[in-house]
Amino acid sequence: MTTLTEQPEKGFRLSQLIYDTRYRSLTIQVVATILLVSIIYWLIANTIANLAALGKEFDFGFLSSRAGYDINQTLIEYDNSMSHGRAALVGIANTLLVAFLGCIMATIIGVIVGVLRLSKNWVVARLMAVYVEGFRNVPLLLWIILIFALMTESTPQPRDFREGGSASMILWDSVAITNRGIFVPSPVFHSGATLFGIITLLGIVAAYVYRKKSLQKQLLTGEPPVSLWIVMVSLVAGLAAVFVLQGFLLPGEQSFNPAITLNSPELGGFNFTGGLQLRNSLIALWFALSLYTGAFIAEIVRAGILSVSKGQTEAAFALGLRPNRTMNLVILPQALRVIIPPLISQFLNLTKNSSLAIAVGYMDVRATLGGITINQTGRELEGMLLLGSFYLLISLLISSGMNFYNNSVKLKER
Amino acid sequence: MSETHAQSVLYVRDTMLPQQEPPITQKGAVKWVRENLFSSWLNAILTILSIYVVYTLVSHLYPWFANSVWTAGSLGECREVLAVEGASTGACFAVISDRWLQLMFGFYPSAFYWRPILTFVLLVPALAPILYSERVPTKMLWFSGLYPFLATWLLWGGSFWVPLLVIAGFVVGALLFIAGSRINLIVATVAAILGALFWWLFAAPSINASLHHMVGQSRAESILQEATALRAELAPELAALEARKKELEPVIAAANAEKAALVEAVTAEGSQDEEAKAAFLAKVDELQVLRRQDLALAAQIVNIQQEMSDARALLSSIPTLPTLEEQLPTLRATYKELEAALPSALRGLRTPNQAPDGTSAEDLNALNAALSAKSNLDSAELAIASIYGQIGIVGLEPVNSRDFGGFMLALVIGLAGISLSMGLGIMLALGRQSNLFIIHTISVAFIEIIRGVPLIVWLFTASLLLNYFLPPGTEFDLMLRVVIMVTFFSSAYIAEVVRGGLAALPKGQYEAADALGLDYWKSMRLIVLPQALKISIPGIVNTFIGLFKDTTLVMFIGLLDPIGLSNSIRATSDWNGIYWELFVFIGLLFFVFCFSMGRYSLYLEKKLQRDHR
Amino acid sequence: MKKTVLLGALTVAGLAATAASAATLDDVRARGKLNCGVSTGLPGFSNPDANGNWQGFDVDFCRALAGAVFGDGSAVEFVPLTTQTRFTALSSGEIDVLARNTTWTYSRDTDLKLDFIGVNYYDGQGFMVPKSLGVSSAKDLDGATVCIQTGTTTELNLADFFRANNISYEPVPIETNAEAQQQYLAGACDVYTTDASGLAATRATFEAPADHVLLPEIISKEPLGPAVRHGDNEWADIARWTLNALISAEELGVTSANVAELAAAPTTNPEVNRLLGTEGELGAMMGLDAKWAVNAIAAGGNYGEIFERNIGENTPIGLARGLNAQWTEGGLIYSAPVR
Repeated sequence: MTTLTEQPEKGFRLSQLIYDTRYRSLTIQVVATILLVSIIYWLIANTIANLAALGKEFDFGFLSSRAGYDINQTLIEYDNSMSHGRAALVGIANTLLVAFLGCIMATIIGVIVGVLRLSKNWVVARLMAVYVEGFRNVPLLLWIILIFALMTESTPQPRDFREGGSASMILWDSVAITNRGIFVPSPVFHSGATLFGIITLLGIVAAYVYRKKSLQKQLLTGEPPVSLWIVMVSLVAGLAAVFVLQGFLLPGEQSFNPAITLNSPELGGFNFTGGLQLRNSLIALWFALSLYTGAFIAEIVRAGILSVSKGQTEAAFALGLRPNRTMNLVILPQALRVIIPPLISQFLNLTKNSSLAIAVGYMDVRATLGGITINQTGRELEGMLLLGSFYLLISLLISSGMNFYNNSVKLKER
Repeated sequence: MSETHAQSVLYVRDTMLPQQEPPITQKGAVKWVRENLFSSWLNAILTILSIYVVYTLVSHLYPWFANSVWTAGSLGECREVLAVEGASTGACFAVISDRWLQLMFGFYPSAFYWRPILTFVLLVPALAPILYSERVPTKMLWFSGLYPFLATWLLWGGSFWVPLLVIAGFVVGALLFIAGSRINLIVATVAAILGALFWWLFAAPSINASLHHMVGQSRAESILQEATALRAELAPELAALEARKKELEPVIAAANAEKAALVEAVTAEGSQDEEAKAAFLAKVDELQVLRRQDLALAAQIVNIQQEMSDARALLSSIPTLPTLEEQLPTLRATYKELEAALPSALRGLRTPNQAPDGTSAEDLNALNAALSAKSNLDSAELAIASIYGQIGIVGLEPVNSRDFGGFMLALVIGLAGISLSMGLGIMLALGRQSNLFIIHTISVAFIEIIRGVPLIVWLFTASLLLNYFLPPGTEFDLMLRVVIMVTFFSSAYIAEVVRGGLAALPKGQYEAADALGLDYWKSMRLIVLPQALKISIPGIVNTFIGLFKDTTLVMFIGLLDPIGLSNSIRATSDWNGIYWELFVFIGLLFFVFCFSMGRYSLYLEKKLQRDHR
Repeated sequence: MKKTVLLGALTVAGLAATAASAATLDDVRARGKLNCGVSTGLPGFSNPDANGNWQGFDVDFCRALAGAVFGDGSAVEFVPLTTQTRFTALSSGEIDVLARNTTWTYSRDTDLKLDFIGVNYYDGQGFMVPKSLGVSSAKDLDGATVCIQTGTTTELNLADFFRANNISYEPVPIETNAEAQQQYLAGACDVYTTDASGLAATRATFEAPADHVLLPEIISKEPLGPAVRHGDNEWADIARWTLNALISAEELGVTSANVAELAAAPTTNPEVNRLLGTEGELGAMMGLDAKWAVNAIAAGGNYGEIFERNIGENTPIGLARGLNAQWTEGGLIYSAPVR
């Protein structure tokens, strides 16, 4: 029988590892580490054995062998004699492009729809509700396929643009909307372009500095600053004047040689040539991703606006602030704190969802590295590993950005 | 008084005016329209724009829906019907009426459709105590606990004792825990986990095998006789069915020819023959009936062929049992002998490729001999086990998971993913909150890695790579692999949802639990988790909706979900070229399902908010 | 027991099986079913009918193989595979034979560790264009937009062809045949390219097939054939000779209608007798029944019958025999002698 008067024993006993809360956490962690290491070891050992059994080697050499396939949209130089690694880079660039465009457009759609859903206008609010529910409750894959097919069916073919055809180019014959994509003029840079670029940059910096100075002056003296519109208009006008002047001054065959000219698309044998082609696959994927993610963002924005209590608006009105200033200075800053974190995770989702590009034949990294390359070389282990790491890297970058923002806007509490 | 009054005031009205109607702009529909639709210029523009959008959509889609064809055997026939009716555009929903069962159940045997249906009906009482906790007696939770086993058994079939054996593992664990808790909680936990694992990994499989063995042995004779009798019985039936199908062929061909003639008559230039139109449509209906008959016959024939094939397999396999069992000891002895003769470095290897460099040719030969003896032994054992596994089944007929498809597949993957991931998700959420550094790091790493990579990459991992990570020679069901991956995937999301729930609890709750002197697990189990999980339910439902929608991605790895099936359907020559109708139907089904789930989660959210005030 | 820890748990649920032991034939026998990898849907080659039964040219080869092994053409499980998952499914042992119109190429045979057991369809990559385009040769396609199906040899051939002829093109890669067809019909691409058989099958289902032409150039050799895992020669023999038996049967005039009669007693033709097992012990050499070829033929007919039923001229696919005629008729279909 034990009594309370018994002295606790001094020194360390093995049973303390389990009973003593000071050591128990250590025990648990050591056990967890051992378990984890042995699981990882087991997986790696199995993989090595399996690779040996199949006579394959774990080897990234395939990345430098000739790819042999073509990619239609190449943001960096590529042709089929280049390597699989290069093809993967082209795919990465394409993924980043559509993810970037998608995030911007999804935000715009989301904000507009989120605000409109709160509108008192019955028709508009209902229409927005139908849009949000429709996109949120149907798989993204279906939307991508449907939007792609819809765009193909509802826009004219290039051959309709011929003489006597049913379609014609818009914006003074410079833009053609076809079911292969939208052809827009592309800029061609001539000798004076660098100079003009530098002047433009300087102009923008000057305008920015001027505006900032005048705002500071307002704080000090109360003198109203020069309106932003005036600054912008004078900047544009100044740059235009420089552009025209430079055109006359530069040497060349004609009297007017602008530094930058436009190369308009023209109808060639099968298709438009020249200019810049925004392919249907890009546009469809971009739209589908933006519309789908936009529906989720709309809900986030709506919740964010609703989360700012009505008293804030009333207080702002009582101070005599006009409605748009109330929105900009009172409601939005508070709503943003609620909106931004889920918004960023939607951006993350959008980036990951861009891996469905293959459904419309957009050559993203999943289609090049994770699709054709793996299929042609049979290196699924290495390919999938690279693919997974790429997406992981992107999402870690985005989420660390989010954490940074969260910390910076966190309400400073005691 | 009246005089002064008369002087100061010229005229006083002493009767009330009758109440007037408010101005037309301030009442009824007009007021509503003014206030809600045209309150400002911007609003007016928006309203008109919206109405225009709706009008454009409706005017484009309405004729397509209005002219839709529901009875036709192929896309070509659909086009004929549309041409006869003079419609320029129209949907061909005949493909849905032809294939909707397939879109729902995939290739699940039609005789057993009741099993998935019953499974999903039983889901309602299983979920009720969780979702409507205040209205349903708590005892129903027992049913919720048993449901996963019941559902698995119903869907996949097999012997009735299999789910019981799995449940028994939990009982073993619980008993060990109770016994061990007298000594120490940690010892009890470890004993319970090890005991249950031992049960599932070693005891249950051998009990299962020996039960099958026992039943199979007692039945072998009678099954042989039955199979012989069945084959004898079915053969004439099959012949009769085939003859009937043959008879039907010319009838269908004739009807087709008549139909073709009618089409020509009707679509001939300037023909406005209403009678011929009616005759044509009647012919299409008649053809449809004939085709249905033909299809039903074909289904019967295939079923009988399958039954005969199964009987044949039994007839050929059961008689080999005695020989196989006789060989077994010899094979085992040979293998043991050869293995023992190997140099120690080569023992336990699974392929000759693993042999270290510089192994002598002699040793390699010995290794090869041992390996081939092992493979002989394995295949004999496997053969015996699989024959008894077939003939010893007491319960439902097994259904291969390759036969799962359509919406059923999406639901099964989604539900399995969510329910299996609950436990792991909660553990990860607790791990992420934990102040033990390593546990915290492991949880965060797991969650971030899983969430950072798209599901489609995980699915490809399941289909292409999982076999690399498991011991050589392991091969199991693609669907199971997908469920494992989906479970990992959703557990990371559930963990984040639960973490939100944990964070939303006021700190006082944790402190109160500590103040009561509860240890970590008790405070979690009794105070924190019940509240946190309740708050998390809407989030969990939303995760489920997301997961359910994402199951469409399994088409990329060859599982036939609704979208995958739509591709297979379009590969048949009857429906090649059909496009929108299938997608519209699939989209609509997903919408109905996800929308109602979403509404439910909103309702829950509202209800929970009220609870907290 | 050859059951690993994990497998033990899974076998309780009856969901796992060990496979990929050295002898595929033993595994197949123990399982009682042949696992055959087919396409998730390719007109004429493999597709499920309204009852959920798989049909098609590739499917019928699997049935014949099951016939040869079990004497029962119904003892097959069909495993639908995509272009991405097909090779892994074979090497991991998920399927026993891959009959998914797969082109026999050097690197697949060597690097990917497949064993092609023969050719059951000689195909080649062709082009389809709308008639209105007025193109008569693939060399006129400079600057054209071309729809291709990804994940196949098609895109490599296409790149090679245009490079060799020094003309440019714009590839539009599409995942499935259905989508590619929709894009082509809407005019989003000028040309649709895939195997000529696929083009013919696709064109046959158009609303106005006559408005589209197949260009005369066939830019590649696409010998399509079933494949098995590398390293199991016995199993490869069985698959190879099943295919050969189907081809020989057509050459010798053995059909599903008369096979039972011919196999009942030795005929005057010794070649037929050897094939049908009424003379010699050829089946036993492969570890099969003497009637293996009879059962293979009875499952779905000889090569010619399978061809005519699934993709022949009287089907909606409407392919002529062409290269795939028997060698005696000027084609390439040629079986090594069964002796």
